[in-house]
Amino acid sequence: MKIHYLSIYLCETDNNCLLFAQGFSKINLMNKQKQHEKYSVRNFFYLFIILMIIWMALALSLNKQELYTGIIVSFVLSLALYRSFQIIGFPKVTIRKVAALCIYIIVLFKEIVIANLDVAYRVIHPKMPIKPGIVIIKTELKQDLAKMILANSITLTPGTFTLNIEEDRLLIHWINVKTDDIDEATQIIGKKFEKYLKIIFN
Amino acid sequence: MDIFGMIITGIGVVFLFLGSLGILRMPDVYNRVQVGTKCTTLGNFLTIIGVGIMQPEWFWKTLIIAIFVLVSNPVSSHALGRAARKNGISLCDKSIVDKTEEFKEHTE
Repeated sequence: MKIHYLSIYLCETDNNCLLFAQGFSKINLMNKQKQHEKYSVRNFFYLFIILMIIWMALALSLNKQELYTGIIVSFVLSLALYRSFQIIGFPKVTIRKVAALCIYIIVLFKEIVIANLDVAYRVIHPKMPIKPGIVIIKTELKQDLAKMILANSITLTPGTFTLNIEEDRLLIHWINVKTDDIDEATQIIGKKFEKYLKIIFN
Repeated sequence: MDIFGMIITGIGVVFLFLGSLGILRMPDVYNRVQVGTKCTTLGNFLTIIGVGIMQPEWFWKTLIIAIFVLVSNPVSSHALGRAARKNGISLCDKSIVDKTEEFKEHTE
């Protein structure tokens, strides 16, 4: 089945979505549109809080004028834009999920640093010890947002980067191929992130 | 505080340098994108955060910029890699395995 990436659609809807413009399929969009109404209030509040945090970080002061302006601007913007956030489908917030998110971020940063040292070693080494290849891995995640985060994490971790996503399979370019078996590759590349993302998006 | 920020910025610059060196040395598009993405992500991150540490009143703004870079960098590299694969740009001679055909068969 052919899947269309919706980046163009999202850019047309509003520029804010540019960051999320990866990996949404047409089919999923239609499914999500059916359950539109269910998430609208939650999405509105998430968007409001995100905009408010960005405003506070940029304004850097707590006097009344700044706060009121921020609240009004965030309110108007989230009222105008929450519809386009429904495609993404944020999960409910619980303490367990927030904890999983924190651990996930720590793991991600550790992996980014390892990735950089690894790549630096390969670049500096005179013989360039690379064994590149393209492999497939599987994922058990269902939501588009979760798949997108998984793909981006894989791109940021040692020696791997995502070329394509279709349904439950990811096409991965691996700079130092250890195995070409799908299940083994999934264990090595995907599992360390997937277990946290599964808790966050279950 | 100034010196600490300078050290962090310096480490970032070293990574950016290694990234550009890697782009020159690597044999094909995919490996170049790999090196480019990884080194520029951490390089940008450290450089910008280092500036934020040197100028404490800018810290939160630089943090927001760094997070945007962190989110958008993999997306752009994914777009490059996917476009290259779609146009059928071949892998270098050192490559051992290519499963693109299997992937296409599965999806059709």
